[in-house]
Amino acid sequence: MKDMLHQVEPLIPALRRYARALLREQAAADDLVQDCLEKVITYWDSRRSNDDTRSWVFAILHNLAVTALRRRAGGLGTHVALEDVDEALMASRATQEDALRHRDLMNALDALPADQRSILLLVSVEDMSYADAARVLDIPIGTVMSRLSRAREKLLRIMETGVAGAATKSALRRVK
Amino acid sequence: MSDNRNDGWHGNDGGNDGRPVQEEELLAYVDGALDAARRHQIDAYLRHHPDVARRVEGYVAQRAQLRAAFAPIAREPVPPELNLSRMLEARRARTGAPWRLAASVFVALCLGGMGGWIGRAATEPAAGGIAALAREATASYQVFASDPVRPVEISASDSADLLKWVSTRLRRPIALPDLAQSGYRYIGGRLVATEHGPAGLFMYDDGHGTRVAMLVRPMATEQNMPMKAHAQAGVAGYSWAAQGLGYSLVAADSTRGLHPLADEMRRQLGEQARKAPPA
Repeated sequence: MKDMLHQVEPLIPALRRYARALLREQAAADDLVQDCLEKVITYWDSRRSNDDTRSWVFAILHNLAVTALRRRAGGLGTHVALEDVDEALMASRATQEDALRHRDLMNALDALPADQRSILLLVSVEDMSYADAARVLDIPIGTVMSRLSRAREKLLRIMETGVAGAATKSALRRVK
Repeated sequence: MSDNRNDGWHGNDGGNDGRPVQEEELLAYVDGALDAARRHQIDAYLRHHPDVARRVEGYVAQRAQLRAAFAPIAREPVPPELNLSRMLEARRARTGAPWRLAASVFVALCLGGMGGWIGRAATEPAAGGIAALAREATASYQVFASDPVRPVEISASDSADLLKWVSTRLRRPIALPDLAQSGYRYIGGRLVATEHGPAGLFMYDDGHGTRVAMLVRPMATEQNMPMKAHAQAGVAGYSWAAQGLGYSLVAADSTRGLHPLADEMRRQLGEQARKAPPA
């Protein structure tokens, strides 16, 4: 268990970041990380010994996030107005222009299909190798590459044309 | 710029030594995952292909923007409820009574809250029979199918793990009916505590918010029983037993087509049992 503390505790900031990037609300994201850590404690001894700890823990978190997002998409959760979320993040932006650019990026990210968003975040933000990302998402590495390729292309296109970026202040966050 | 000379890019549209540049390598270039030699070759390639270079630059900028956008979160102090050592201590404090027991107490409390079924069951003669199974399935459905946070503990992607776990705890090989043809997708399951020992709870959903659940556990009494319909507290279901295993399919009582669904489950389970008779 000491072993677990040493291996898992350093991952918590990154787990919070991934959860928040997917769910966007701090409270919901931290709840998810808490659920994830409870599972890690429960299943630590039954994980396969050759499993990479980071991929294993992220896979647990990812599956919880997918369930949470599916529930939202099913209309059981509440749709969150963009204004209501992420205030801490917004507040840390230095200038208004920065904040707008940040919002464009978030809108563009939200316009991606969920599976593309995940792979983009795991690789770009969490610095995961393609093999580790494949393990987290439980998909073949070839699928990682093709999804990542589509995600980058699509995000670039959205940012350029500003389709999602043009969403007005009152627009609801797209929840996929 | 020795790269230019050495790489032979001039007049060569493919990669170095005729090795074409793969799209995957452009991604790896963006992510800094290429070895130095190949990176230099891609650098040279990009110098001669401005259109591709623009796209790759876009990807590089995008990666940097994403990292910058989410970096502040990872620098926040970790909130107290995510203090792992404290969570571990709390878990240890509970492990005097193993957490499975804690889970069964939780379910028992829920059952108690839903009409004192425990007390009633204890006074009934056929305590472990189909009627009890139906009640247990109903209670599990009420607790878990409506759970907004975690209707299943182990999701469909890990169904092999779950089946192994449930089979071990139930000391019987447990099979999972496939209801895709009937429009229900398996979303996952969990082990639950019942008045009569552990049971497997498997959840399906139709993609429109309708969830059905199958509870399965070994039967000490009424080991082979024909299918019976039941409805209680807004939950309808069909329960039966075959070869010592009791099954109950439950759903909100507004769910249509539950009977044919139960028939289909029983048919599949019967087939699977014939193929692999229980040990």
